[in-house]
Amino acid sequence: MTAVTDAVTTTGPRGGISQSVTDSLVVAKRNLIRMSRIPEMVIFGLIQPIMFVVLFSYVFGGSMNIGGTTSPSVYREFLMAGIFAQTVTFATAGAGAGIADDMHKGLIDRFRALPMARGAVLTGRTLADLVQTALTVVVLAIVALLVGWRVHNGIPKALAAFALLLLLGYAFSWIGALIGLSVRTPEAATSGGLIWLFPVTFISNAFVDSSKMTPWLRHIAEWNPFSATVQACRELFGNPGVSPSDAWPMQHPVWASIIWSVLIILVFRTLAVRKYRSATA
Amino acid sequence: MPGAIHAEGLVKTFGDVRALDGVDLDVPEGTVLGLLGPNGAGKTTTVRVLTTLLQPDSGKAVVAGIDVLKHPNEVRRSIGLSGQFAAVDEYLTGRENLQMVGRLYQMNAKAAKKRADELLERFNLADAADRTAKTYSGGMRRRLDLAAALVVSPPVMFMDEPTTGLDPRNRQALWGIIQELVAGGTTLLLTTQYLEEADHLAHDICVVDHGRVIARGTSDQLKAQTGGERVEVVVHDHEMIAPARDVLGRYGLSGIGHGEVTVEEHTRKLTVPVTGGAKLLAEVIRDLDARGVEIDDIGLRRPTLDDVFISLTGHAAERAEDENGEAPTDAKDRRKSRKEAAK
Repeated sequence: MTAVTDAVTTTGPRGGISQSVTDSLVVAKRNLIRMSRIPEMVIFGLIQPIMFVVLFSYVFGGSMNIGGTTSPSVYREFLMAGIFAQTVTFATAGAGAGIADDMHKGLIDRFRALPMARGAVLTGRTLADLVQTALTVVVLAIVALLVGWRVHNGIPKALAAFALLLLLGYAFSWIGALIGLSVRTPEAATSGGLIWLFPVTFISNAFVDSSKMTPWLRHIAEWNPFSATVQACRELFGNPGVSPSDAWPMQHPVWASIIWSVLIILVFRTLAVRKYRSATA
Repeated sequence: MPGAIHAEGLVKTFGDVRALDGVDLDVPEGTVLGLLGPNGAGKTTTVRVLTTLLQPDSGKAVVAGIDVLKHPNEVRRSIGLSGQFAAVDEYLTGRENLQMVGRLYQMNAKAAKKRADELLERFNLADAADRTAKTYSGGMRRRLDLAAALVVSPPVMFMDEPTTGLDPRNRQALWGIIQELVAGGTTLLLTTQYLEEADHLAHDICVVDHGRVIARGTSDQLKAQTGGERVEVVVHDHEMIAPARDVLGRYGLSGIGHGEVTVEEHTRKLTVPVTGGAKLLAEVIRDLDARGVEIDDIGLRRPTLDDVFISLTGHAAERAEDENGEAPTDAKDRRKSRKEAAK
């Protein structure tokens, strides 16, 4: 019986921020271990964007007019920033499904009854998703290079573009966290996490030249947070099809991308953590 | 002096359902309180309030001397919770699960590892320590879940239907663990639908129904309150139920535990609360014989908690025999709470 009743010394209450960081990393580690044990999920997550690259490049490739040319190779270069950005936003579904699953299995209750930092379960989850997103982006970049995509403005700018992409993915995974806490089942979180992404990613400059859209649609596309990142990536990668629009986010896409992502994180993190505190599984 | 768990006037409504309608509890240090009640009675909701998972609309709760509503995080340091589901990560190994919980109880990595090893040994999981929990049997998952609740040896433990869905052997094993825990000085609040379990483990029992405590006391007190003894008769065939009921009705005590003859049609069993012991039993047998009632079995027995339950709530305890361990109570509570959370 001694093994059970022996008092165990804890490190005692620690400072707010240091505890938040430790707890978040503990939860992130847990989620990464999980992902490594369900490799099929990671693999499906890779197949989807690769399929998009191939389908868009070869099916749409010859019929898209980008910067006055319908050359398939130009469209492929144009397309990649859009596919990268769309891929990172799919992290939303992963975060949502993971958190809904934790709710469903009673794990959120267990976490909530532990003396841990309030946001740590969600932060840990979104950090793990960030790692997975980064992995996906690397694989996708290799495939993109194989179909003819190139970086024209040097490595530092390309890395900056990837940083913006990861920031966007991280921001969107907080939207996923909120969805995961709000639905009843992991299945609902997966579809709920994906459905709204289609209009967001399609009413944008990701796959077509937004300047050719009807005016009201064009305004939405140009102010779409997602479009800012796509535009910024095209600029930083030196890819064709950078929109000449006067809209502020299209003129200052890097700043617009950062501002949008940070804003999304602030709003959705606040909402998700509040929801978590009253969450009932 | 208030006990290790103390609640006064807890009220919680979900929409127009009053899940808790003024629950008062007091569990002295080092004792076990069994919270007994049918599905949807408010057992799980009570546990959720006391373990900081749910805010009551009104009322007061103190656990381990700390105000639950004012200092939830301090309370979390002093409690262990084993919920209705075995809340373990099935893709983590047993060891990884316990280490994670230890770290989240703010132990350092080394201490968490050491504690995990101790608990795996103690709960007979050492051989399975490095397998993912997905491969565990129901009993093993339950043990792992309980181990996770005991990582910091909390002075106060909450267990919500700990043996639901377990086979009898695993149930016995878990009872053993719980008894050792209590012998070590832990205060425990346990909810159960198994009357036998409350009888076996709890010092005091609170019977809850419709969000209220409708009776409290030791198992013996509750049984005495329900009426002393019962005559139980199994008649030979169904036609004899009616005459047997006439005979037994004459012996039934009125006023205590409804004093009525209860009939279980399919087992041909009739039960009636009585006083008078063996002498009365002989009379009953003679009377039944005179009416030509053939009996397969007859006996005098003390009331079980089942009798207490029926007489107090007017309906038998509904048992959740669901093998998944998903008790309907919880599902209902959850739906209600989610609705609440959505507001």
